[in-house]
Amino acid sequence: MSNSLRELIDQSRKATEIIADESNQSTPNFSRRNFLAGVSTGSLVLMGKVASGRNSSESNLALANPSKVSAASFAPDLFVSIDSDGTVNALVHRSEMGTGIRTSLPRVLADELEVDWERVKIHQAKGDKKLGDQNTDGSNSIRFFFKTMRIAGATARTMLEKAAAIKWSVDAATCYAENHQIKHMGSNKSIDFGELVETAKSLDVPTPDSLKLKPRSKWKFIGKDAPITDMKEILTGKAVFGIDARMENQLFAVIARPPVVGGTVKSFDATQAKTIPGVVEVIELPRFKGAPMFQQLGGVAVCANSTWAAWQGRDALEIEWEAGENETYNSKEFAKELKATVNKPGVAMRSEGDAKSVIKNARKVISADYSVPHLSHAPMEPTCAVADVKTDAVGRVTSCHVLAATQNPQAVQQAVGPAMGVPNDDVLVNVTLLGSGFGRKSKPDYCVEAALLSRQLKRPVHVTWTREDDIKHDYYHAISAIHCEASVDDTGKPTAWLQRVAYPSIGSTFALGSDTPASWEAEMGHTDLPYSVPNLQLEVGKAKSHVRTGWLRAVCHIQQNFAVASFADELAVAAGRDQLEFLLDLLGKDRKIDLKAAKLANRGASPIEHPYDIERLKNVLRRVANNSNWVDRKSLPKGQGMGIACCRSFLGYTGHVIQVDVKKDGKLDISKVWCSIDSGTIVSPDRVHSQVEGAAIMGTSQARYGEITFKNGRAVQSNYDDYKVARMSDSPKEIFVDVVESSAAPAGVGETGIGSFAPALCNAIYAAIGKRFRDLPLKNHDLSWS
Amino acid sequence: MTLRATVVAIQNLTASKSMHRYSVMATINVNGKVLELKDVPDSTPLLWVLRDHLGLTGTKYGCGVSECGACTVHVDGEAIQSCITEVGDIGEANVVTIEGLSEDGSHPVQKAWAEHNVPQCGYCQVGQMMTAAALLKENNDPSDEEIEEGMWNICRCGTYPRIREAVKAAAKEMKK
Repeated sequence: MSNSLRELIDQSRKATEIIADESNQSTPNFSRRNFLAGVSTGSLVLMGKVASGRNSSESNLALANPSKVSAASFAPDLFVSIDSDGTVNALVHRSEMGTGIRTSLPRVLADELEVDWERVKIHQAKGDKKLGDQNTDGSNSIRFFFKTMRIAGATARTMLEKAAAIKWSVDAATCYAENHQIKHMGSNKSIDFGELVETAKSLDVPTPDSLKLKPRSKWKFIGKDAPITDMKEILTGKAVFGIDARMENQLFAVIARPPVVGGTVKSFDATQAKTIPGVVEVIELPRFKGAPMFQQLGGVAVCANSTWAAWQGRDALEIEWEAGENETYNSKEFAKELKATVNKPGVAMRSEGDAKSVIKNARKVISADYSVPHLSHAPMEPTCAVADVKTDAVGRVTSCHVLAATQNPQAVQQAVGPAMGVPNDDVLVNVTLLGSGFGRKSKPDYCVEAALLSRQLKRPVHVTWTREDDIKHDYYHAISAIHCEASVDDTGKPTAWLQRVAYPSIGSTFALGSDTPASWEAEMGHTDLPYSVPNLQLEVGKAKSHVRTGWLRAVCHIQQNFAVASFADELAVAAGRDQLEFLLDLLGKDRKIDLKAAKLANRGASPIEHPYDIERLKNVLRRVANNSNWVDRKSLPKGQGMGIACCRSFLGYTGHVIQVDVKKDGKLDISKVWCSIDSGTIVSPDRVHSQVEGAAIMGTSQARYGEITFKNGRAVQSNYDDYKVARMSDSPKEIFVDVVESSAAPAGVGETGIGSFAPALCNAIYAAIGKRFRDLPLKNHDLSWS
Repeated sequence: MTLRATVVAIQNLTASKSMHRYSVMATINVNGKVLELKDVPDSTPLLWVLRDHLGLTGTKYGCGVSECGACTVHVDGEAIQSCITEVGDIGEANVVTIEGLSEDGSHPVQKAWAEHNVPQCGYCQVGQMMTAAALLKENNDPSDEEIEEGMWNICRCGTYPRIREAVKAAAKEMKK
């Protein structure tokens, strides 16, 4: 998610935000202190217990410093505290959904603090804007907080060194930290961190710029692997995900939502539903107001004493819906409209030279249209949350606690606050583990549902989305069309490049009427075109959204890099040239793209720390070609082939080579995948490997099967049987990941591995059987050959 | 019978029964203990009985239609999908969930999963391990093809390459 999307969401929520008025308290019984209680201090396992019995001394501490675990601990920084027994408490404010972030960020802090890793305790933070950005999205966690964690660790270390110096009456410059002890140079004095806690607590906290950070050569944890923090809990079934979150006396809710976005309940009959044993209450939820944002979809909720009873009750409801204006939406027709849109002039987002007239006067022009349908996130764990809302005698909210699988607890505060009529900061949000997210769980409509139901029922309510709910009511990845056109010279080299994209903008979910791809969307694979072509024209076309459009892992790179890297392959084939050589030529000389001239926001990152470096892009391409023995591919028999693609995505660089084996009957085996990735400095190499492996599997799902269609405004698919995703048997047989060692600033990883996968796969299929597939997914095509 | 065929057989069996069977099972054998069930209709899927009534939340919901395998448990040693298995069909059979696979995560499959750093988000891994444990009990030297056929569970994070290696490692360990 780009910075500008953050701004957009910020603007849209500001309109609804309730501002705390301390002088004239609008919520009289509102005990702010108690209800901000710091469950931030509870580990995930603890959380369930803490949730029901909060303790006020803990809450006071949490207000002061979210990392502080007990009154006795030394807490020099928001993210770290040390207990008198030497236990180091590391606060993780980003959500764990499979990237390993609950291990990686504390490892950065621990490295700088020189701790014994066995003595680090990891705590999950509540939603708290003091901690900075908590939106675990956009492959930002390491990039945003690498330095913050180092400063936190160095702050504590420096103060412990000073405390030891005082204790020993020596110069602090002669004291140094090593493996959970402060040692003295020139003597054999050493002392455990725990024994310095009392002294360190009384010292002034040094300013960040006065700190001396460890040199890279002394790093012990950064760049080295460790098992993930939650390994044992995960493997023994004890890990707590959103679906497992429990509050005392909670009810379970399953909700019937309008089949068409924007629809409403005309009438409903709950008589049958109420006969289901275990059903306690049936409640109508109003529809969202204005743009959908993160508000509830509305519908009818059945609350019961078990998930299954609620589900049975939901199925027994008789509801008459008012479908609303989106009922006219049919995605098959819309795909045709998009194709027509990209075949007529649009609005130029980046323009260099005079592509239009060069193409007009060229002897040879090559063009192709590509498309990708709507996609659903379909995380293994559907969206789930439990909320406990308390009200006073006149129904005003006095406290609100949400425990959820969320990628962004601050977004939960921002969505639930207005719905409950309380300031955002007064919504206590705790975070469980996430059964993956892929962007779905940074949109907390499900948390609002839980809060609305809890307020009405005056007891905690847990909302579980069924898989059908998940597939039918998602914030879908946009359906898209991309037109690529190039004039080429006698050698097949492009002289001008014209490209148009059209897809509903994510902006439409936050601002009604938004109907054109935004610059930050276009910049994911379209306007950031890395090719060196003298004449460029990159345009966007209008597309209205008829569903909730949202970001899905890799976002617009999914469709835009698919087109851009497929088209390069088509040009190479037309030129009769080796694809690797052609691509390297097309990327041009080593250079840093002038971001300002190209009007690229670079995800808000500085061009010094994160330049758009063509040399690095060419490097991953060369490496992956080398690793895959690209030059020898000609010896493969018909039906087998290799494809290559590269991209810069989320500030990281990837190159993919994929080898396929297509049987005569069209059965596709993805035999091998090679990926080289350069994401700058790496904290946890094995987790980078696993993210890139996972991206290949998700890329496989998207390319082979991913397709949500809409008929009369209703999603046609409903579960994994008709929204197929890759299993082991149809995934790549082998995946080889090569992580470039780099001292550059950390870039994205989680989403970076997606962009060049699908085009490399389709390029490989073309090499194998001579058929070019431009409209994903592959399941709609005949891959047979003779 | 392959695991898939077993699943289909159970599915057919389940489909033939009435949706609203309310005769109530009094007890169920889970992880070697006889547990009391209170007011649980026989038609309730075993998954929700384990999770909501018995508090054994290690077993996960993923699809509800036996497509993903996240809810896999063992019934008399065989891997079944608890989301489509009515609790009334369990009778006296022994149910083993992840909480009972081993006391401390020491089952060879769990150990292999840790060694290969298989989990990403971890949500589907319980089902994956229950499938793997049953597979290896039946066949302690599975070929690549047999692993692919047997390990049909969905993982959206994409841990399949690690699962494949971990199953092989666990097989080796179990043969010892």
